[in-house]
Amino acid sequence: MRKFYGVTLKNPLMLGTAQYPSPAILAEAFKTSGASVATVSLRRENGADQDGGQGQAFWSLIRALDVKILPNTAGCHSVKEAVTTAHMAREMFDTNWIKLEVIGNTDTLQPDVFGLVEAAKILTDDGFEVFPYTTEDLSVADRLLNAGCEVLMPWGAPIGSGQGINNPLGLRSLRAHFPDTPLVVDAGIGLPSHAAFAMELGYDAVLLNTAVAKAGDPAQMARAMANAATAGQLAALADPMEPRDMAAPSTPVIGKAFLS
Amino acid sequence: MTHVDVSIVGAGVAGLCMATEIAKRGGDVHLYDREPQIGKHACSWWAGGMLAPFCEGEAAPEPVVRLGQEAADWWDAHTDCVTRNGSLVLALGRDTSELKRFARRTSNHAPVSADQIAQLEPDLEGHFNTGLYFATEAHLDPRRALTTLADKLRAKGVTVKTTAPAQNVNRIDCRGLSAQDALKDLRGVKGEMLVLKCPDINLSRPIRLLHPRIPIYIVPRANGIFMLGATMIESSDRDRITVRSMLELLTAAFALHPAFGEAEILEIGVDARPAFPDNLPRIRKQDCTIYANGLYRHGFLLAPAMARMTADFLFEGKRPEVMNAD
Repeated sequence: MRKFYGVTLKNPLMLGTAQYPSPAILAEAFKTSGASVATVSLRRENGADQDGGQGQAFWSLIRALDVKILPNTAGCHSVKEAVTTAHMAREMFDTNWIKLEVIGNTDTLQPDVFGLVEAAKILTDDGFEVFPYTTEDLSVADRLLNAGCEVLMPWGAPIGSGQGINNPLGLRSLRAHFPDTPLVVDAGIGLPSHAAFAMELGYDAVLLNTAVAKAGDPAQMARAMANAATAGQLAALADPMEPRDMAAPSTPVIGKAFLS
Repeated sequence: MTHVDVSIVGAGVAGLCMATEIAKRGGDVHLYDREPQIGKHACSWWAGGMLAPFCEGEAAPEPVVRLGQEAADWWDAHTDCVTRNGSLVLALGRDTSELKRFARRTSNHAPVSADQIAQLEPDLEGHFNTGLYFATEAHLDPRRALTTLADKLRAKGVTVKTTAPAQNVNRIDCRGLSAQDALKDLRGVKGEMLVLKCPDINLSRPIRLLHPRIPIYIVPRANGIFMLGATMIESSDRDRITVRSMLELLTAAFALHPAFGEAEILEIGVDARPAFPDNLPRIRKQDCTIYANGLYRHGFLLAPAMARMTADFLFEGKRPEVMNAD
């Protein structure tokens, strides 16, 4: 099992913590799914970027989840903003882990890969363990690894879109080119089948938020996602069969003229 | 019947409804607040005033939907501020899938076409193709409603005192977020809102504009005044609005109708709603104090039910469904 900066995850599901109907339901989603990582956004939900401390009640609820915390720089549109947010996160959560988002387009929320590489370099030089939210582009992946990232988080589809895995070929190719790097499909997952598919591609984890938080029953959806991700992971490890273009009966066909 | 003599601490929407209900049933009420008059210091001063239990069901648990259905009648019985025109839920072109989800998660609504939307709200003609209409919902002007309750109480001899509450009577604590000193699981959820003046537009009912990232609502008040709200941020900060929130609110208003571009910004409101971890209200008894708190974004919607349940408990010993001891 590939390790995330030395850490083995007990479960391939990483869950975001935004948009739930209530903190109690958020906690329930983590409990029923056994998700191993909680991403938390520092920019938007807590006002911590103004004078710190005001979101304490929410943070203690997150800490009480007792999972690995992965702060993120969600909503940052520039290198400087992302770096500042990362520093705040490190102070607040006492972790070097940072999910690095540098948003390039306000509509699609797609990553600004140039800013991403630049920010990743600054942060890894500063001792951060960076989880970059990127595209499936191979040369960007190369640059990120050269910048010191040891994990890559390509998108499945735009954030919050629930469109699933838009570019299986690209994700497959990324997996094949970086066999030793832990890879996470981050964003775009709307259904458990998407999560299973990402894991079947040989990915190490999936990260999602909206699909669970906005489900009618977030806790049940979280469990479905965890089960699906685990199923996909087991399948990938089990060396699945190759598809073929003719029927291959699993019982012998003695006595039948099958070589006609 | 038990004689009830209570000090109510906190004269926001929860405290004023509580005082009104207990006084109505013949109890002796003493009302305390840090300010003698309802105003900016109270979170409910900044409320939208939607009495929309069914819409709230989109994210709120069942008790909010059920208990909230008492609200419009209660406010109608005690004030003349209620407008019963329903509420309208809309989404812009590519966000219409949000409407499907909203419809699935709520009840007591009917789909409306572009023509029906134009009939309900002529000023929105041509802007929206589809929406949901919640015919039985209502709204009120929160500031007028609060002032009415305070005036009526004063007429009964119940004035808001700013002194320390008497020690020897039972106390009902309705202080909202200030009660964090006694209720450790209470947290603040920051809300930012704007009051706009826009005489060019006339709306008859609250409009909710769905958006995956920035859902807003706009509530019409008299004389071309609109309340535009509200953000939901996990923070107890109640000082200032951020540029981002302001942009989001105004962009959404502009998307609802371009004429809002000419509106004047009369007020910027920022406060923190008191909430428990499940965002449901609680009536909690600790020693001689009953805490009625955690109304979250449902102050005007749930304060009547909270007052009724507390009064039932005091006068008849009936245990409120939202009472707990943790």
